Amino acid sequence: MSAANHWTIPKIRMALEAKQISARELTSEFFSRIEKKNPELNAYLTLSPERAYAQADRIDAMRARGEKLPALAGVPIAIKDVISTRGVRTTCGSRILENYIPPYDATAVERLERAGAVILGKANCDEFAMGSSNENSAYGPVRNPIALDRVPGGSSGGSAAAVAAGLAVGALGTETGGSIRQPASLCGIPGLMPTYGRVSRYGLIAFASSLDRIGPLATTVGDTAALLGAMAGRDENDSTSANVPGSDYFEEMAKPVRGTRIGIPAEYFGEGMDAQVRSKVTAGIELLKTLGCVPVELRMPHTDYAIATYYIVATAEASSNLARFDGVRYGLRVKGETLRDMYKKTRGRGFGAEVKRRIMLGTYALSSGYYDAYYLRAQKVRALIAQDFARAFEQVDAIVTPTSPSPAFRLGERTNDPLQMYLADIYTVTGSLAGIPAISVPCGKTSEGLPIGLQICGPRFGESRILQLAHAFEQAGGFVI
Amino acid sequence: MKISREDVLYVAELANLELSEAEVETFRQQLDEILTYIDKLKQLDVSAVEPMAQVLHGAAEPGAELREDVVQECNIANAILEQAPEAKKPYFRVPKVIER
Repeated sequence: MSAANHWTIPKIRMALEAKQISARELTSEFFSRIEKKNPELNAYLTLSPERAYAQADRIDAMRARGEKLPALAGVPIAIKDVISTRGVRTTCGSRILENYIPPYDATAVERLERAGAVILGKANCDEFAMGSSNENSAYGPVRNPIALDRVPGGSSGGSAAAVAAGLAVGALGTETGGSIRQPASLCGIPGLMPTYGRVSRYGLIAFASSLDRIGPLATTVGDTAALLGAMAGRDENDSTSANVPGSDYFEEMAKPVRGTRIGIPAEYFGEGMDAQVRSKVTAGIELLKTLGCVPVELRMPHTDYAIATYYIVATAEASSNLARFDGVRYGLRVKGETLRDMYKKTRGRGFGAEVKRRIMLGTYALSSGYYDAYYLRAQKVRALIAQDFARAFEQVDAIVTPTSPSPAFRLGERTNDPLQMYLADIYTVTGSLAGIPAISVPCGKTSEGLPIGLQICGPRFGESRILQLAHAFEQAGGFVI
Repeated sequence: MKISREDVLYVAELANLELSEAEVETFRQQLDEILTYIDKLKQLDVSAVEPMAQVLHGAAEPGAELREDVVQECNIANAILEQAPEAKKPYFRVPKVIER
């Protein structure tokens, strides 16, 4: 992406206010970029030009009348395809919802649009957000814009690739175990997982309800802060959304970080990490020290149990949530002799391999005779992992770790070994289980030019603090460390 | 071996999933490997730990309250039925469930 066409939220605002460009012109510029580059990236599954131009024209009309423009006026956004958009096809990357058109908007989408954002279309993703490489989409993999033979990460791979390639200024992704932070890391952009309950899940098609979150990806930390600010806060339509008011994250982000205590947990720097990732993340911590942050060595003893815990909790919840796809109310129906026969055939044909594997694993973990041994035990270990974080945050203000143990891998390299793919989620599933917020911010590149991400975790509802650290890190040149 | 072919068929039946012959064997092998890995959870003594089923905001914390339970008009029945593979307003149609 060249600097000349690198739009950010503040730049768009200035250009609109100075009348250098109209919202319609900007929207059209982005659609022509998409037309040119999407065929090789496969980042978008569906475009919504009617909705986008109608919104752009509303912004331009407000400007012509001299009204104050809302915070995200004219900002072109991609929405991950597991988030409902009224009148715009929403597939979840699955054949089972190939022609599904939601009759309502997710709260996050509605709030972004109310703040002036322009929805360009729906971003490709792993089927039902299950995957770490975007290779589980029924509509083909997304390619990493930094290296086309590599994966963009997942499951929000289309969202990350669209932003990194300049096909959107910001994007909504979703997280269950790393699905915003890991693709952000692999594509070289910031990506934020907010606190569980900070952003309403209403309209997010559920994968694992106690873990799922919506969050932003963008090219600057400031843009993720602005997007979060527009979405945060209680929503009556989601009883798990917290009644904790959001902040002006963009403004708070500029506060000083000197004296911030950053925890460095030994368990996140053990074996299995790529040598170049280790060296850049270590350099990143040194950079934070020069900014006045104080490193504190930590132990988080239950980290090693996080993957096993996550893949029980997440799949158990998924097996229950995905029971709704039965060919009755929406999506694919494959005819059967009896009702059950229809269910089985519809689900057998409509779901891809990873989704079936997880439904099977989750059903097994919940089945009679195994519930205590797997599901109940996993929920107890989850409590221990959350306790590791709670204890850590008694000593430190934030925790700094790598986001992913390796940079982007080649397409097809890991598809035959699901367990190996799961194990690579080690640095992200912990924060997901604990319900805390975390951001991945670019932290240099490998010798081959592949991006590396630094993860900064904060206590629950501590988004402002991690955004301050990420912003200071970015301003100090962490991008090119 | 933790998972047998019969286990796979039983779980697929519970989950209403039709699997091909090839899928049955692939899943048997993969679930076996994954569950063997998951056995590491048995190393921990969790007898005194309360399970964490939800990221609760806590009864004492804000956000725990529910909205008032009042009926609201939404008028989207037709829009919803339009998404159904087979509908006869105001119903979804399915294969015969009860034989007389």
